[in-house]
Amino acid sequence: MDYMTIDGIKVPMEGEKNILSLIRKAGIDIPTFCYHSDLSIYGACRMCMVEDDKGKMFASCSEQPRAGMVIHTNTKKLQQYRKLIIELLLSAHCRDCTTCTKNGMCELQSLAYRVGVHAVRFLNKKEELPIDMSSKCIVRDPNKCILCGDCVRTCSENQAVGAIDFAYRGSKMQITPAFDKQLCDTDCVGCGQCAVVCPTAAISIRTNVTEVWDAIEDPKKRVVAQIAPAVRVAVGDKFNLPKGENTMGKLVKALRIMGFDEVYDTNFGADLTVMEESREFAKRLESGENLPLFTSCCPGWVKFCENRYPEFTKNISTCRSPMSMFSPVIKEYFAKRDKEEGKETYIVAIMPCTAKKAEILRPDNHTNGRQDTDIVITTQEIIRMIKQVGIKFENLTSEACDMPFSMASGGASIFGITGGVTEAVLRYLSPDKDHTTLENIRYSGIRGKEGFKHAEVTLGDRTVRIAVVHGLRNASNLLEDIKAGRAQYDFVEVMACRRGCILGGGQPVPMGPNTRTARMDGIYQVDQLSSIRYTDENPLIDRIWEDLIKGREHELLHRSM
Amino acid sequence: MLDKSYYDKADEIIKEHGKGKESLIPIMQDIQTEYRYIPPELLSYVAKCIGITEAKAYSVATFYENFSFDSKGKYVIKVCDGTACHVRKGTLILERLYKELGLSDKKHTTDDMMFTVETVSCLGACGLAPVMTVNDEVHPAMTPDKVSETIKKIREEEA
Repeated sequence: MDYMTIDGIKVPMEGEKNILSLIRKAGIDIPTFCYHSDLSIYGACRMCMVEDDKGKMFASCSEQPRAGMVIHTNTKKLQQYRKLIIELLLSAHCRDCTTCTKNGMCELQSLAYRVGVHAVRFLNKKEELPIDMSSKCIVRDPNKCILCGDCVRTCSENQAVGAIDFAYRGSKMQITPAFDKQLCDTDCVGCGQCAVVCPTAAISIRTNVTEVWDAIEDPKKRVVAQIAPAVRVAVGDKFNLPKGENTMGKLVKALRIMGFDEVYDTNFGADLTVMEESREFAKRLESGENLPLFTSCCPGWVKFCENRYPEFTKNISTCRSPMSMFSPVIKEYFAKRDKEEGKETYIVAIMPCTAKKAEILRPDNHTNGRQDTDIVITTQEIIRMIKQVGIKFENLTSEACDMPFSMASGGASIFGITGGVTEAVLRYLSPDKDHTTLENIRYSGIRGKEGFKHAEVTLGDRTVRIAVVHGLRNASNLLEDIKAGRAQYDFVEVMACRRGCILGGGQPVPMGPNTRTARMDGIYQVDQLSSIRYTDENPLIDRIWEDLIKGREHELLHRSM
Repeated sequence: MLDKSYYDKADEIIKEHGKGKESLIPIMQDIQTEYRYIPPELLSYVAKCIGITEAKAYSVATFYENFSFDSKGKYVIKVCDGTACHVRKGTLILERLYKELGLSDKKHTTDDMMFTVETVSCLGACGLAPVMTVNDEVHPAMTPDKVSETIKKIREEEA
C-alpha cells in the first residue's frame, strides 16, 4: 500500500480523492469553510492550506495525494497565513457576535478563536446591505457572508434549484438571487440546506420562538406540541448526549416544564398518512390513473414539483403531510372542550424542517379556511428555548407523550429517513403481518444512503415498481427519466433533503462527524424497539378514526384540490 | 413582459449559437449588440432556453463590466480610466461629462435617453491619452473644454 507522511505520521492511501481527506483520516481536524465532501471542490477559502517539505504551500482540498508526499499542516507560516485570512474575512464582516443568531454555532467565530485572532487591524469599508426577510423559512443577511459559496453549490448541485448564485465581481461580489430579487420571488423551496452549510449567519433559519413563548404565556391558549420523528434523534446533539440517541422522553419532559399543555407525537400523524396514502395508492393501482404516485410528506419536494415539473403535480398524493393531517385532528379533538372552557387550541409543530414553516400557510392544507398548525419551530429553535429556560436537558428523566395521541407504529417512526414512508406503506399493504414480511421489505432495496434506490415488491398478485430518491437533484434526474420514458414506476418517494428529515434544514448545526449514520441508526432503533411495527396494528388509530375522522377523511386529511 | 419581437429575436440568436450553456456569453453579446443593453426579462428567457438557472446567468452577466441591464442613450460615451489616461487626468474628462450631462457614478444615462457615460479600464489607445469614445468614434487627447465642445456639437446636431 502507498503511504504519505502528514505531520510525521505515516498515513496509508486508500483511494482518497484529496489530501484533505487523508489529513482528516490521520486525526487532524484541518479547518475549512468551503469544503463539504458531498459538494464539488471549490478551493476558495484557503483555510486547508498545507506546506510540503520544500516549503511550497497549496490547498489540501484540491490536491491529489501522491505516494511518498511529505506535508505539514501546522507550521508557523501556515498559522500566520490562516490568521491573516480570518482577519481579512472579519474586516468585511459584521462583528456583532453577541446578538447574532449564530452565536456559539458560527464556524467563523470558532475558527477565529481557534487560530487566535484577537484584533482586526483593517477598517470595514463595506456598504451595509439590506437583510432579506421575504422567505418564511430562511433569512438571508449578506453582511455576514464570507463568499465561501457553500450555499450556491448546495442549492444547485444537490438540490437542482439554483435560487442563488454569485453576482458582481471583486470587492463588490455578493451571493444573491438573480436581479437582486427577494428569495420569495425565486424558485427557492425553503429546504434550508443552504443554512445547514452556511458557516456564518449569512443564511439562517427564520425563527418563530417569540410566537411560541407568547402563546405559552396566554392563559386563553391551550398550547399543544407535536414532535416530528427526526427531532428526537438530533435534539440531544447540543446537550452533549451521544449522537443519534433517541431523546424523545427528555424532550417531552422539557416541553412540560416549559409550559406546554399537551405533548403529542407526530408519529401518530404519520400513521394516519400511512393509512390514507396506502389507500390512495391501492386505488390508483387499480384504476391505473396518475401513476406513479409521488409522496407528499415533504413540502420542499411539493414546491419543487410545482415550480419545475407542473405536469407531474397530479401525480403527487393528495394526502397532507403527517404534521398537517395531525393538527386538524387535534383541533377537532379539543373543539368541544375549547368551547366549554373558552380556550383556543394553539398547535406548535416541532420539526427538523424549515420548509414546514411555509407549508402551514398553504391554503390547500387548511381545513375550511382554518390554519391548523399555528406555528412551526425547528429542532434548532427548541434547543434554544430549552437553553433559554436553563433546563438541564441531559439530566431530565424521560416521560411519555399524552394520550390519546401518544402511541405510534414503528413504521411511522421511520418517516424521518429516506425510504421510511415507502417501508411503512409496504408494511400496511402487505397481507401478511409477520416477522418475515418485515425482513423482506427491509431488504427489498429501499433502505440505505444511495441517492436513488429502486425495488420491485410483490403485493398480492401484482409486482409494484418503487423508486426512492432524496436530494432534489436526484428527484429532478428521476423525473427527467420518467418524462423521457426511460423509467417506469408505480410509487415514488421523494425527500428534498439528502438522507431525509434526519438531515433537514432545521436540525442542529454544525453537524460534526458521524452524525448521519448515528441518526439513521437512531431512527431505525426507534422502529426496532416498537412493539407495534405495522400502522394497522396501532389500536389508537382505530379509536380516533371512529370518533373523529370517519366520513371526513377528505376534509381533514387531504389537501383541497 | 417584453414585446413578442424581443423573444423572437432571442430565439433567432439562440438558434445561431446553440442551446448549450457555453452559448450564454455569445448570446448575451448579440442581444446587447441588438438592443444596446440586455433586457432583464430576456436574460431570464435565455437562461431557461439553454438550461441554466436565472441566478447563474445573472452571475455571468454581472461579472463582466461590459454587459448592461439598463437601456442606454443614443450616444454612448466611454471614458478611459486605464493607467495612461488616469495619469494624464482622465478623471477631469469624466467629471466634466458628469457636470455637462447631470450624471454621476450611480446615474449613467440622461433622462432624455440621449447620453450614456461609462468608464472603461483601457481602450488600447494609450498613446492618445486621455481618450474617450462616442459611439465607437475615438476622441484623442481630450481636455475638459473639448468635452464641453463635443457635447455642444452633438446637442446642436440633434436639435
